Amino acid sequence: MIKKFDKKDEEAGSGSNPFQHLEKSAVLQEARLFNETPINPRRCLHILTKILYLLNQGEHFGTMEATEAFFAMTRLFQSNDQTLRRMCYLTIKEMANISEDVIIVTSSLTKDMTGKEDVYRGPAIRALCRITDATMLQAIERYMKQAIVDKVPSVSSSALVSSLHMMKISYDVVKRWINEAQEAASSDNIMVQYHALGLLYYLRKNDRLAVAKMINKFTKSGLKSPFAYCMLIRIASRLLEESDKGHNSPLFDFIESCLRNKHEMVIYEAASAIIHLPNCTARELAPAVSVLQLFCSSPKPALRYAAVRTLNKVAMKHPSAVTACNLDLENLITDSNRSIATLAITTLLKTGSESSVDRLMKQISTFVSEISDEFKVVVVQAISALCQKYPRKHTVMMTFLSNMLRDDGGFEYKRAIVDCITSIIEENPDSKESGLAHLCEFIEDCEHTVLATKILHLLGREGPRTPNPSKYIRFVFNRVVLENEAVRAAAVSALAKFGAQNECLLPSVLVLLQRCMMDSDDEVRDRATFYFNVLKQKQISLNAAYILNGLTVSVLGMEKALHQYTLEPSEKPFDLKSVPLSTVPLVEQKADLAPVAGKQLGKTVPARQDIFQEQLAAIPEFKNLGQLFKSSEPIQLTEAETEYFVRCIKHVFTDHIVFQFDCTNTLNDQLLEKVIVQVEPSEGYEVVYYVPAASLPYNQPGICYTLVRLPEDESTAVSCTFNCTMKFVVRDCDPHTGVPDDEGYSDEYVLEDLEVTIEDHIQKVLKPNFGAAWDEVGDAYEKEETFALSTTKTLDDAVTNIIKFLGMQPCERSDKVPENKNSHVLYLSGVYRGGHDILVRSRLALADGVTMQVTVRSTDETPADVILAAVG
Amino acid sequence: MGGFFSSIFSSLFGTREMRILILGLDGAGKTTILYRLQVGEVVTTIPTIGFNVETVTYKNLKFQVWDLGGQTSIRPYWRCYYSNTDAVIYVVDSCDRDRIGISKSELVAMLEEEELKKAILVVFANKQDMEQAMTPTEVANSLGLPALKDRKWQIFKTSATKGTGLDEAMEWLVESLKSRQ
Repeated sequence: MIKKFDKKDEEAGSGSNPFQHLEKSAVLQEARLFNETPINPRRCLHILTKILYLLNQGEHFGTMEATEAFFAMTRLFQSNDQTLRRMCYLTIKEMANISEDVIIVTSSLTKDMTGKEDVYRGPAIRALCRITDATMLQAIERYMKQAIVDKVPSVSSSALVSSLHMMKISYDVVKRWINEAQEAASSDNIMVQYHALGLLYYLRKNDRLAVAKMINKFTKSGLKSPFAYCMLIRIASRLLEESDKGHNSPLFDFIESCLRNKHEMVIYEAASAIIHLPNCTARELAPAVSVLQLFCSSPKPALRYAAVRTLNKVAMKHPSAVTACNLDLENLITDSNRSIATLAITTLLKTGSESSVDRLMKQISTFVSEISDEFKVVVVQAISALCQKYPRKHTVMMTFLSNMLRDDGGFEYKRAIVDCITSIIEENPDSKESGLAHLCEFIEDCEHTVLATKILHLLGREGPRTPNPSKYIRFVFNRVVLENEAVRAAAVSALAKFGAQNECLLPSVLVLLQRCMMDSDDEVRDRATFYFNVLKQKQISLNAAYILNGLTVSVLGMEKALHQYTLEPSEKPFDLKSVPLSTVPLVEQKADLAPVAGKQLGKTVPARQDIFQEQLAAIPEFKNLGQLFKSSEPIQLTEAETEYFVRCIKHVFTDHIVFQFDCTNTLNDQLLEKVIVQVEPSEGYEVVYYVPAASLPYNQPGICYTLVRLPEDESTAVSCTFNCTMKFVVRDCDPHTGVPDDEGYSDEYVLEDLEVTIEDHIQKVLKPNFGAAWDEVGDAYEKEETFALSTTKTLDDAVTNIIKFLGMQPCERSDKVPENKNSHVLYLSGVYRGGHDILVRSRLALADGVTMQVTVRSTDETPADVILAAVG
Repeated sequence: MGGFFSSIFSSLFGTREMRILILGLDGAGKTTILYRLQVGEVVTTIPTIGFNVETVTYKNLKFQVWDLGGQTSIRPYWRCYYSNTDAVIYVVDSCDRDRIGISKSELVAMLEEEELKKAILVVFANKQDMEQAMTPTEVANSLGLPALKDRKWQIFKTSATKGTGLDEAMEWLVESLKSRQ
């Protein structure tokens, strides 16, 4: 065994580390040497080094053995060997938390920190503060105060930094040292001044006024230390961010004045602070950018790096501000430091003109293989941003990305590339085929399961709709043959999608699926069997429902509903419509989550709606309302700063609506009781029940509910306005003690009107394949009508308004109107209250105003009527 | 003749430092004694949390002197420092009649330790400059010293602040250590 180790060592060339195979027990055995007299400093030093090495390797020391070693170590204090003593300080600090009774060295350390040996004093202070707790702190307070103002810089700095740490243990004691810290802040030593400023700031951190005063004082008196200046700039910029006064304050002037400091460090800090301030105007940015521009041509690589990195960040927010530096950045492209060059190029990609893209891409490809993954990701992100800006350049980018995809690289890097290619494909239909081809090639040799499944999903979605879908089948089926279970399952799903949409491929797909039914993995077999049998039916509606557009229910809701069903067995089959829908559109979910769960279902964390469902179900009056269909976003029914603050969330059920009023009482001299919100509907809605909030003390939110029944006879009357009034009993109370009077009186407060619109009756549901869904629903209940939207001037506006008005989910990316087009088709999908699918195809034409032809299909008559009635 | 021998022994001693512990209840004057012995001055002290260790040279002999804190919470740690001890200086506050009993029980417990079986015991009846101080005989009786067997011991009246009695005590200690060799 030992021989083997030796051999390994030689191979790895790691013979240089003498501590590699240390045994804890052997080292602790050696530590007994500390008890011998006289002490051999050299040997003891070596043993302490071994102990420290083990501790830092994460070796676990039991309390007993640590304490024993610690006490043995304390005997080394009899030696006056300087190196050994300082090693003891290090050991004390490392063992402070694992050994017991470390306070035993308190006196010795106190003596060292006040002694004549300056080399001992600083380290002794640091060690002492590590072993000191709140009760012991008082005992050493006098020495700490003296040390803070000591004339030896290392002592003063140590004391200041240790005080900063002690603050966490006993803020009140350290606060008493503020005068000493003030004195240290005027020290001539740059480190002492910096540390003193740090301590002063952290002592006052929670007192905005004191911090402002402190900054004011130091900006006037000036500081010697550049480090202190940097700190002051950071404090000032944090203060600026917190205040909403804008940038016309003395704080901003101070930061700007630091741009003319003689230290480069301070200049950079000031520039970086200005650039990172939110809402900076171009005029405010200009001086900061120009000093960074100067740094770009500095002979020091660190400065060039800092400058270009910061410019790179500004370029995202204010590309125009950086344009002035383009020439300097161009010079950095060929910088010998790859990191600087990469950042320069990616910055230029963000700021440069379309014409320079080709040249920059060529330049970057010469060394992309030499830079680290982290920078490669930066490059990919820059490319991704560029593609959105200059869609026409996608061919150049695609080639470049595919080359990068072939190179070696880690997961993050590859994922960035795949994401980038995916987004290019989605943005530019022209690039679809080449992009898919590159991705197909990539999955032929892809070690990342997550990426492979993601790409297979994309292939299943996009592949069947390309002119020549058959060429993707080979790539997909290869995965079934060669990969692990997760990838095989994803490949089977993708195959099924090809089969469902391409009739000529169907026989071959069926054969392939049949083969997958022999797979060794359950999930793969199940999927193959399921898809095979669905496809065999050759029914468009089946394909659409079970292959192309998966389930849209919330997983948690489904789980609950099924559990309920098994608890109360009934003759009726399980109704999927009773399951609440997934409120999050599927595209927004991380598609790279483990694909084992079958189709892309909703996420398993309880969604907002699931939480509401539980809350409402807990109220007896609402028990029989059925499944919660949709909860709206909160609507404010009061102005922001009024006596009472009320907002409403509308919970829609099959035949009822529950209004949830979140009320807050902002008057500290009132206690409200029996609070209800009375509503008066304008249409045939009927108020059924009020659930009052029993009491509303000052500033504690309470909830009251109002239940209304939807009109049964006029099923198309979906919109309604409610006049709302809050009614309650007031009991005046003492604002200081909060004790209320015995007697109360009734009062009311008028709220703003509450609207229920069509949007509340429709839940957004994404159909990944709208065409299939359109055919699946069929034209049994199809309605069509044409409208003129005279006030809308552009197609974009029309699309945005329609989506907002109907509250439906745009499909097939049809919410994006291509540029320079006069007509557009918008596809919307959703589910109407009660569980009926509803699809809208809206053809828009731009002439003088926008003309809109709306076609609605639904599985029931009412929803289609409702939509048309609402639009008209 | 004594002078002849002592010259030989002192050269032998030169190779090995003698290890001495100063023990006793809190406030007895241990730290003051240590620094009086080391630098010959009275220093201001604070309660010792832990220990002080100094090298003291007396008549060309080197002693490594450990002054261990006497507070109740620290007394349990005394035993960590017993090994290889040549002599124990036990300091008693001669004015503290109330706690002389506690002082005795600490002393008895200490002397029972195996590691200190061979150590010489010197008791300092300290603070003799105070008026109400007990005499050395009173202290010795209160501590039960006359009953000690198999132990070389002696008691001295001292005043660390005035510097009286320390020389005699150290003189005796040096001679005892030499003769034990």
